[in-house]
Amino acid sequence: MNQDKDTHNGYYYSLTRNMLLVIILVAITPMIVVSSIILYQFDISYHEKVQAHLEELVLKHKQQIDSFLRQRLGDIRLLTSTFSLEELRNESFLRDRLELLQQIYGPVFVDLGIINSRGIQVAYAGPFKLGQAHYSDAKWFQMAMKSDYYKSDVFLGLRGLPHFIIAVKENCCGEEWIFRATIDFVAFNNLVENIRIGETGFAFILNRKGEFQTKPLFDLIPNKEPYTDFLGDSDKFKGGVRIIERDDESGNRVIYVGALLKHGEWLLVYQQKASDAFSDLRRTLRVTIAIVVLAGICIVVIAFIISRRMVNRVAEADREKEMITEQVVETGKLASVGELASGIAHEINNPVAIMVEEAGWIEDLLEEEEFREGKNLDEFKRALEQIRTQGRRCKEITHKLLSFARKTDSRIQNVQLNDLVEELIALSAQRAKFANVDINVNLQENLPILHVSQTELQQILLNLINNALDAMEKTGGNLAISTHLEEGHIIVGVADNGPGIPESNIARIFDPFFTTKPVGKGTGLGLSICYGIIKKMGGDIVVRSKVNSGTTFSVKIPLPEEKMPKQSTT
Amino acid sequence: MRLPDRGVIKLDSLRVLLVDDEVEFVETLAKRMNKRNVKASGVNSGEEALEFLDQYPTDVVLLDVKMPGIDGIQALREIKERYPLIEVIMLTGHANVEVAIQGMELGAFDYLMKPMAIDDLLYKVQDAWKKKTLQEKKIGERLQVSSV
Repeated sequence: MNQDKDTHNGYYYSLTRNMLLVIILVAITPMIVVSSIILYQFDISYHEKVQAHLEELVLKHKQQIDSFLRQRLGDIRLLTSTFSLEELRNESFLRDRLELLQQIYGPVFVDLGIINSRGIQVAYAGPFKLGQAHYSDAKWFQMAMKSDYYKSDVFLGLRGLPHFIIAVKENCCGEEWIFRATIDFVAFNNLVENIRIGETGFAFILNRKGEFQTKPLFDLIPNKEPYTDFLGDSDKFKGGVRIIERDDESGNRVIYVGALLKHGEWLLVYQQKASDAFSDLRRTLRVTIAIVVLAGICIVVIAFIISRRMVNRVAEADREKEMITEQVVETGKLASVGELASGIAHEINNPVAIMVEEAGWIEDLLEEEEFREGKNLDEFKRALEQIRTQGRRCKEITHKLLSFARKTDSRIQNVQLNDLVEELIALSAQRAKFANVDINVNLQENLPILHVSQTELQQILLNLINNALDAMEKTGGNLAISTHLEEGHIIVGVADNGPGIPESNIARIFDPFFTTKPVGKGTGLGLSICYGIIKKMGGDIVVRSKVNSGTTFSVKIPLPEEKMPKQSTT
Repeated sequence: MRLPDRGVIKLDSLRVLLVDDEVEFVETLAKRMNKRNVKASGVNSGEEALEFLDQYPTDVVLLDVKMPGIDGIQALREIKERYPLIEVIMLTGHANVEVAIQGMELGAFDYLMKPMAIDDLLYKVQDAWKKKTLQEKKIGERLQVSSV
């Protein structure tokens, strides 16, 4: 039994599990597929957008820096072309020019100087005492002498501060002169330093040797590979800008954006950690994943609830089915008990009859003279009487068993139920009077004719009435008998206000041989027989009982299925 | 205890035949009836019963319904055919109403269910005998009338 229950539970468990899995699979799979596709597309387009933005940014700054350098050169060339060398060699004039430039551009120009072809600075205006300084060995001087104008890399120079120089070569008085201006490193640095995006995005400038031309915001980047990569082949700069992505030493993905400046001499590099550049994407991804997970949890919970509910329904239906099966089996059991009973009844009455006769014979013999004086005569008689009583009891049992086997008159007749009920009440009236029971009758008039076995119906109702009277025998009470028509059947109610049937017995009252009456009083077959007969009629019997307030039996008898054409009743 | 005595009718002349396949039942019942001054004989099958009736005049037959060979109903039919005046009381081992009704239709006087009290049996037997004697009387009268 327990094992049975276990396999049942196992069955329902696996049913629940399968249902759960199917629901989850069906609900979650499309959600994941759709959100993955959308995310993927979003990822691609966002990447493109970010890269385009960075390219734009770097390109703009490249142009800005290029134009800055061009302008500064223009400024110097303006000076040299506007004023004669003679004027410029006048240091106070030169100082005025410097002040003017500083007024216009701020502290971009640090100083101005004029150097002759031998590398000696002949005039100087600026904060440093660099008059008569020798530049003949300086690289920038040599470079400047080779072309009309020159922009140097950043270097420390004589003053020991990072700076770079813009130089213009002039021919005057049969000699070549260099007019040079020093550009303040800080001011130039600002141009690049201002390129800042997010937390890790910054820019700097390198020369061809990979030396910093501006001070990077963060500490020096030891890995120069990306930069040399940029510098290596300048062909790959599409529209002047190139983007690569690399993992740095600590494994972070970094975006590098490069642009060549100053005719390919310098490289403007913007770099940012990918995680920072794509932080919006990351956030979107996180939100999406959170939503997907949340939805997934919801689906699982709902799937769980739904499958549990469904399986409970199934289990309920199964239980109902089982109950019906049980009932069918029960009815079958009753029928087979009936068969058995009739067999027993046929055979048992003969031996019982013999026993009773033999006892009678002994009784007869006891009348003889010789036994008259026997001292146990009374005892003998009592014993014989007992045999006869018990024989009668056997007979009663077998008779009941036989009616149980439906060997009664089961011919279908036309029966007017109310007439039958009234007959039975008349029959029981005497007994009811002795038991101090009032009979209340409430019959619905004009009930249709039933097609049933009159004897059987009689037997059922008499049995119910007798049971009710038995129940109230000691206390007295009310017996209410009613009939009424309901859709498709007539209902007969037999209600008493006796002691009622305890809950524990209700389920068993229709079982054969179940009785609460004292030994010898009841066979426990009455209701069982009733049940069998009613089921055979296609009807039903229902009991409602409450301890100490009474019991009601309702017998449902089906009406004839088709309305028979009116015939004279037999 | 006095044996029951039913008024004017004397049991001395009443002859009963018991027919049942249960030998002991027949024997004991016969003994008991004889003790009550009812001449009772017993046989154990329908065939024997018919043979017996051929040889000995009988008033009432107590006939068991269920027997091997010729069963009660068959025997009843035969008896009623051959000796219409003999009254038959059916004995059944069970409450087979249909069989009993069939028996009544075939002319049985009544039926009793085993086991039965000896007194009930005797009352029934006497009633049957009374009916038989009445009928015989009527027939006798009719015969007299017709002869006159």
